[in-house]
Amino acid sequence: MPNYTLNVNGKQVAVSADEDTPLLWVLRDELNLVGTKFGCGIAQCGACTVHIDGVATRSCQMQVSILDAVKITTIEGLSKDGNHPVQEAWKEIDVPQCGYCQAGQIMTASAFLAENKRPSEEEIRNAMHGNICRCASYNRIEKAVKVASEKMS
Amino acid sequence: MKLHNKDNFSRRNFLKTSVLAGGGMLIGFNLLTACKPGVKMPVDIANLNFNDFNAFIKISDEGYVTIFSPNPEIGQGVKTSMPMIIAEELDVDWKNVTVAQGVLDTNNYTRQVAGGSQSIRFSWGALRQTGATAKQMLVNAAAVKWNVAAATLKASKGIITNANGETLGYGDVVKEAALLEVPEGVQLKDAKDFTIIGQEIVNVDIDKIITGASLFGLDYKTEGMVIASVLRPPAFGQKLKSFNASEAKKVNGVIDVITIGDKVRKYVAAGKGNWTFKLSETDKVVVIAENTWAAIKGKKALSAVWQTASKAETTEAHDAILTDILDGKNLSTKREDGNLKEAFATADKVVEKTYHSPFLPHNCMEPMNFYANVTAEKVHLVGPVQTPEFAASVVAEMLECDLEKVHLEMTRMGGGFGRRLYGDFVYEAAEIAAVIKRPVKVVSTREDDMTTGIYKPSVKYRIKAALKDGKVTGYHLKEAAINGNMYGLIPNFFPAGCIPNYKVETGNYNSNITTGAWRAPYTNFLAFAEQSFFDELATELNIDPIQLRLDLLQNVKGSTDKRIEYSGQRMEDTIKLVREKANWGNVSKGVYQGFSAYYSHNTHVAEVADIELKNGLPIIKKVTVAVDCGVVVNPTGARNQVEGGVIDGIGHAMYSDFSFKDGKPEYKNFDTFRLIRMNETPKVEVHFVENNLSPTGLGEPGLPPAGGAVANAINAALGKRIYSQPFIKELNKSNVLG
Repeated sequence: MPNYTLNVNGKQVAVSADEDTPLLWVLRDELNLVGTKFGCGIAQCGACTVHIDGVATRSCQMQVSILDAVKITTIEGLSKDGNHPVQEAWKEIDVPQCGYCQAGQIMTASAFLAENKRPSEEEIRNAMHGNICRCASYNRIEKAVKVASEKMS
Repeated sequence: MKLHNKDNFSRRNFLKTSVLAGGGMLIGFNLLTACKPGVKMPVDIANLNFNDFNAFIKISDEGYVTIFSPNPEIGQGVKTSMPMIIAEELDVDWKNVTVAQGVLDTNNYTRQVAGGSQSIRFSWGALRQTGATAKQMLVNAAAVKWNVAAATLKASKGIITNANGETLGYGDVVKEAALLEVPEGVQLKDAKDFTIIGQEIVNVDIDKIITGASLFGLDYKTEGMVIASVLRPPAFGQKLKSFNASEAKKVNGVIDVITIGDKVRKYVAAGKGNWTFKLSETDKVVVIAENTWAAIKGKKALSAVWQTASKAETTEAHDAILTDILDGKNLSTKREDGNLKEAFATADKVVEKTYHSPFLPHNCMEPMNFYANVTAEKVHLVGPVQTPEFAASVVAEMLECDLEKVHLEMTRMGGGFGRRLYGDFVYEAAEIAAVIKRPVKVVSTREDDMTTGIYKPSVKYRIKAALKDGKVTGYHLKEAAINGNMYGLIPNFFPAGCIPNYKVETGNYNSNITTGAWRAPYTNFLAFAEQSFFDELATELNIDPIQLRLDLLQNVKGSTDKRIEYSGQRMEDTIKLVREKANWGNVSKGVYQGFSAYYSHNTHVAEVADIELKNGLPIIKKVTVAVDCGVVVNPTGARNQVEGGVIDGIGHAMYSDFSFKDGKPEYKNFDTFRLIRMNETPKVEVHFVENNLSPTGLGEPGLPPAGGAVANAINAALGKRIYSQPFIKELNKSNVLG
């Protein structure tokens, strides 16, 4: 199998994987970064969202072979102690129910807020619509994004 | 006010203590059941024996408390709320409490099941008694130490204080306490003295969830573990004829391709396992690989020939079959009051409507998966399942080994909604592990889950009412469903007891398509049908829809009919609360309201949906909810459940469709199957009826009324009645949306 060097959470890591392997499975199976979740495999649910050069990206659609020159951030690398304003807001609002989709929600929200510091309600609702929460904790996700935006400004 | 508590426990039998080898005290107890006589308590934490006790509390020498929470966590919050109840009566500071998921290993304990919104309801009494008994033992130990009467001591937040103001921490007396006799008749707290119950306690796993720590079954790994991907029949009712694995074996990382099925067939042939879900008896082809991607790719590269054993089913055919059942005479009566025939013969007007709902997959965000490792000494199973006890017993039967050898660890579950009540994926994992003799994790893809899963059955209701002199005098409900009908209590829900002439009948069609419980089974759709129907009756009678319900409820108050499941008074109080909080009838121009109320899972719920029109489209802006679930143990968790239940109910009623052609599902993933998304969600405002009655469940009851509230609001806005789910399909069909 070919070898690749990736920049994940600020570290250079070597992996051996088939060239068509999605980043999602490289993270989960090879690098043991299991916070990035498998939900649909076709970029429809957002559970596998990571940052690639700061942009929220569905890792299930990114082949490992094209990622040698980018910076990848996963939920494990979003902050040192789980204290990114978005993570803190998630805790404050007690967002999760089952919790499975929340890492993806947090990654989408943090990339969005980095671009749009004071979003309107409608902007939040549109920015987050690509992430499914099957428990439907949507009211709290929306509120937490708002609280995080206040923390960040 | 005294808390209602009908449960009567003998403390001696349900609780035992030991001194831990490494220091501290261990309390083992059983929820609802006595433990066997003569059982020994373990003396170290590594050997918690869940055969004899289904939950444990450890109090360390430092006074820190660890609660091994017994019930599976599927997102309903019991891993937080159940320990809160213990901590309340034990009287410890919540910040000194940690919660660990209990391991399952057993054949003799009760209700380690997440389902039916019953976890809190069933365990409330036992958890309080356990906490209070443990506290009394600590106080008794302090009394011995100080040589004073226990009654002169006070305990609060983990500190025992005597009349002189001297103090001992719980940790200072654990060793002595563990050796004392278990006291009986301990005093439970008065509700007004609660310091933890009723507080907003954040989910105990929050830090792990927000940092992406390993929590779920799919995250579980062991050294040498391989991944299995299972190829199941593409159409329901099919059996494997032949397969070719040569291409699959060429995939990098694929280790082997095997078949399974023997063990399940043998189990089914022996007539074992009384469970509503029909296990597939076909052979399945399994790709074993070094990693998940190779397993998925390997499965795609398989080619297989499937034999169709019976007629392939289609949605059109199901539709006709269900309609035939409603039209026919082969229905069985579930409840009958008065004389329906006479009520219809003498009615001023008869109203009859038919309602339809499709099959629905559960779509848990975490796809089905399970880990198994089968050795001569032990069957090790790890993963997310709502019925660990049952799954372990089936695996023992399948593998023909002693149940004591089966060790099942539960992980946090990425959603359940009823899907993980059925352990088909556990049995697959166990059978594969037994064949390959290596630790293995079975991983489903989304397509596997959506196309080879278990579904909420397609159901139709026909409801007919007799109206006379401005009143509802007769009510006839017929249900046509696939693979089983409404459970026995439902015919005694509202409006049973409110209408003198009343009948519920059901009919069933046996299908190859596997069906099962789906969040709030049957009532998830029945409530929509009935609550839409009552709204229509209110229009016919020219009466306010809320007033119609309140008038009807007067008839059930003081009823001596023991079968009636709900309380007329509690339902009335709940409805009045939502009427007030939603400003029913007093909203601004352009806002259209719909009302719905439903009792299920022992909880009374009433909802008002507010809709606005935007370019002619109905936009659901807000849902106001009133809930009577007795004591609210953890308000933040409770509101979260109701908010989620309401939006889930709306989402599936509005958008989610499913169909079959030639026995195959026509929806395979989220590109076509529509789940509600944030930009479609209303704000949900939850209000609890305040009382001190024993708590009841919240995982399900918020969901059933939601569809009806929205449908009735849509009618208020557009003058269009909806009789079929998903609503969006009906609205598009009727060109209401232009």
